[in-house]
Amino acid sequence: MDYFLELFLGGLTRGSIYALIALGYTMVYGIIELINFAHGEIYMIGAFTALIVAGVLTLMGWNEIAILVIASIVAVIYSSAYGFTIEKIAYKPIRKAPRLSALISAIGMSMFLQNYVLLAQTSDFLPFPSLIPQFEFLEPYAHIIRPSELVIYTVTASVMVALTIMIKFTSIGKAMRATSQDKTMAALVGIDVDRVISVTFIVGSATAAIGGVLIASHIGQINFYIGFIAGIKAFVAAVLGGIGSIPGAVLGALVLGWTESFFTGYVSSDYEDVFAFVFLVFILIFRPAGILGRSEAEKV
Amino acid sequence: MRVAEELKKSALVSIWFMFLTFPIMVIRVNTIYNTVEWRWLNMALVGGGSFFLSMLWRFMIRRKERGKKKAEIKDGVQLTLIQRLMQNRRVTLSGIVLAAIFAMIYPFVFSMYQTSIMITALIYVMCGLGLNIVIGLAGLLDLGYVAFYAVGAYSYALLNYHFGISFWMALPVGAALGFMFGVLLGFPVLRLRGDYLAIVTLGFGEIIRLVLENWNEFSHGPSGIANIPRPSFFGYDLSLQQVTIWIYFIMIGLVIFTIFVVGRLQNSRLGRAWVALREDEIACQAMGIDKTRTKLSAFALGATWAGMAGVMFAAKTTFINPASFTIWESVIILCVVVLGGMGSIVGVILGAMVLILLPEYLRAFSEYRMLLFGAVLVLMMVFRPGGIITNVRRTYRFKGKATTDGSSA
Amino acid sequence: MAAAHNFGKDVLEVRSLSMDFGGLRALDKLDLSVRQGEIVALIGPNGAGKTTFFNCITGLHAPTEGEMLIHPPNQGKTQRLNGLKPNRVTERGLARTFQNIRLFPNMTVLENVMIGRHCRMSAGIPGAIFRPRSTREEENQVVDDSYAMLEKIGIEQFVNELAMNLPYGAQRRLEIARAMATDPFILLLDEPAAGMNPQETRRLDELILRLREQEKISILLIEHDMKMVMSLSDRIYVVDYGKKIAEGSPEEIKRNPAVIKAYLGEEIDA
Repeated sequence: MDYFLELFLGGLTRGSIYALIALGYTMVYGIIELINFAHGEIYMIGAFTALIVAGVLTLMGWNEIAILVIASIVAVIYSSAYGFTIEKIAYKPIRKAPRLSALISAIGMSMFLQNYVLLAQTSDFLPFPSLIPQFEFLEPYAHIIRPSELVIYTVTASVMVALTIMIKFTSIGKAMRATSQDKTMAALVGIDVDRVISVTFIVGSATAAIGGVLIASHIGQINFYIGFIAGIKAFVAAVLGGIGSIPGAVLGALVLGWTESFFTGYVSSDYEDVFAFVFLVFILIFRPAGILGRSEAEKV
Repeated sequence: MRVAEELKKSALVSIWFMFLTFPIMVIRVNTIYNTVEWRWLNMALVGGGSFFLSMLWRFMIRRKERGKKKAEIKDGVQLTLIQRLMQNRRVTLSGIVLAAIFAMIYPFVFSMYQTSIMITALIYVMCGLGLNIVIGLAGLLDLGYVAFYAVGAYSYALLNYHFGISFWMALPVGAALGFMFGVLLGFPVLRLRGDYLAIVTLGFGEIIRLVLENWNEFSHGPSGIANIPRPSFFGYDLSLQQVTIWIYFIMIGLVIFTIFVVGRLQNSRLGRAWVALREDEIACQAMGIDKTRTKLSAFALGATWAGMAGVMFAAKTTFINPASFTIWESVIILCVVVLGGMGSIVGVILGAMVLILLPEYLRAFSEYRMLLFGAVLVLMMVFRPGGIITNVRRTYRFKGKATTDGSSA
Repeated sequence: MAAAHNFGKDVLEVRSLSMDFGGLRALDKLDLSVRQGEIVALIGPNGAGKTTFFNCITGLHAPTEGEMLIHPPNQGKTQRLNGLKPNRVTERGLARTFQNIRLFPNMTVLENVMIGRHCRMSAGIPGAIFRPRSTREEENQVVDDSYAMLEKIGIEQFVNELAMNLPYGAQRRLEIARAMATDPFILLLDEPAAGMNPQETRRLDELILRLREQEKISILLIEHDMKMVMSLSDRIYVVDYGKKIAEGSPEEIKRNPAVIKAYLGEEIDA
């Protein structure tokens, strides 16, 4: 039973992180119908920025909670800035070009960012400081759940709520929904589509950065390549839930997290990544609209 | 006025990028020894670099927009200098003769090391031409192309290891297996929309690599397979230098064969259907073209060439392991096609030569190779989606009155 | 004048065709038939389900219920269209054009027409690579036939231009040429005159009549230009909200109170 619970909570942890990344994919896809391959790299850059800031502050002797908070904030700011800049360079100039062009550009951007971090930093795994404090009340359950996991659940849930509120109730949220329905019409009724797209990239990148900081402090090490696999898996989650749908992304992420966790726990850990890909292939072939997505026929 | 404005813009961009790259470019923390390294020089480089690049960027964007307007005003097909040269029969012919002479004497003029690099470049030419069918002609973004390359390489390595099959037997077998895998993998995925296709093929590519890595009994796992024999030469024993030259000429032969076949496919009923499919799927079906079969034929034919190139790769390096077949290998081949010009045979050859040979000769570059490839993909898409050599549609001769000469009015 | 023509038997027969999109009923038990050599118009307000009807017949949508039959005029064997893929429908002799032009923009005009010939050709992969005599002859034949088709439609001067560089009217005509290249016995035209000026429309009228005479085909067209519909069609079907509200000769339709109601405020008599 304990093993089951451990796998269940482990799946929830994975799922939460996937959800934080998947949100960015799904939001961007909802608005400009592009698979932003570079999104996983944003998450990686978030983790790296946090590591660097935390490293500097640790040397300056700050206290851990302060470091955690500041590193997270700086990571969010930087990731958002990267997301914003990437859109301006790699996607905006070719918004009217065929989809294939944007996709190729996105892959190029992903490759560029990975190698940028590799060259400017290192190809080795870097240990990430454990900034999350021990909670006393969790100690009896230490064999099942770690403090960082509890933080991950809480933060993920709050981000979801905040995002839902933003999309449902704020004016920029409304503008985003309108733009995702019909860009031309949105522009005609006076919505600044460029701005909406920028905001989407910024918000998506910010949530990815939060995911990056959380997973880095949970696992305890990072390298330049973590974004790629995490990005693909988050994409699987977004598609599973129905790409373009925010609750769908969360649901898909949790389903993927759990199935992965149980698969590796009970079947085989060698084929962990294979599993995610096989999962992806099956969803896309049999239910491309995802769990919550609506299938749409192309207009003729 | 204008100049001041431009300078101001560039200065702002430069500041933005200095800010953006600050933590990653400037600070390096060593979390083990607890030291911090501050690299202020990098910041200066980023600032200066982005200042000039942003000017260049805006200049290029403006030029592109002006070019678009020009094309609209002056209707008709506009040809660039290279395209016009390529249409001139005499220029083409002498170009081919020169290239042939160069190819023939190359291994005797240059060192074995350089011949070896050239072989690699030629393998990429072959892969690029194969992928060109899938991406350039049929418009299917296949990011798992390297899987078929792996199929070819492993089929030679394993068949040789277990049954002692020779290179010459393995070459057609690799091609056939590539084709088969293309059909097998293509069948379920080709119903998907373009972007989903990209990610599913990427998934398939990774699945094949991960299986090779984990299934030790079958593939010898991450340690790979060594001592794969090089191609034999009518039963003679060749020295390493001689065999390199031999492989070089086999490669030249295969590339010529590939060019011939791809060229013919391109100008056939099937080739036209591929292009039409890329242009508009729905109209294509409404004109009586079987979408699934046409896509599948492109996918499988592309895979055939990857299979053959894979056999060649195994024979050249004599050692393979799963690490040679990562997704980034697919992206490099994609890069070759995109840089050269999607759909253009000469373009792909040129693309492979530039991308594979340049980093080898400019050693200082080779560290930045993948970084530059990424940048190339983005920049090509933004500024020149047609590639270095944009493909020109063929004009046909027909019976009828007053044959117009390529362009009218 | 419509009554003066003597048409053959039915070549297309649609019985009680319905199409639901989610909860929305786009087509509601529509019956329609087209006879050999007839020009039939399908009219109705925007969103009445006309294009959906075309999409169902041509296999792009699978109708919820109903039956679609063809009786090809030459061999006469009746076939069901239900469940056929779009390319199979085209092979059986139905060709269409699109309301929002769907040419292959980066291919030349001639190649666009050659694509239409695709389903009447046979060369496969070996044919493409080895290029035996039969393939070469087939290719030459197709090039000649396609050029002849361009001449017939009157856009041969653009033969080697890219389709995207054509003037608008010529693009509309190229769509017709491409569809005709598939050798249909029924041509489905989805708003062929949309966006054309009166002079271009008149020339299109002539073309359609000429195609019927010369190629012995039937034509089913969707059109909003009432003047064109009234002068061209032998029979008119009027649909509204997916239902057929009237059927008859142009004269009958002009006087039909249900039609006048549906088109209230719109110019109907030309």
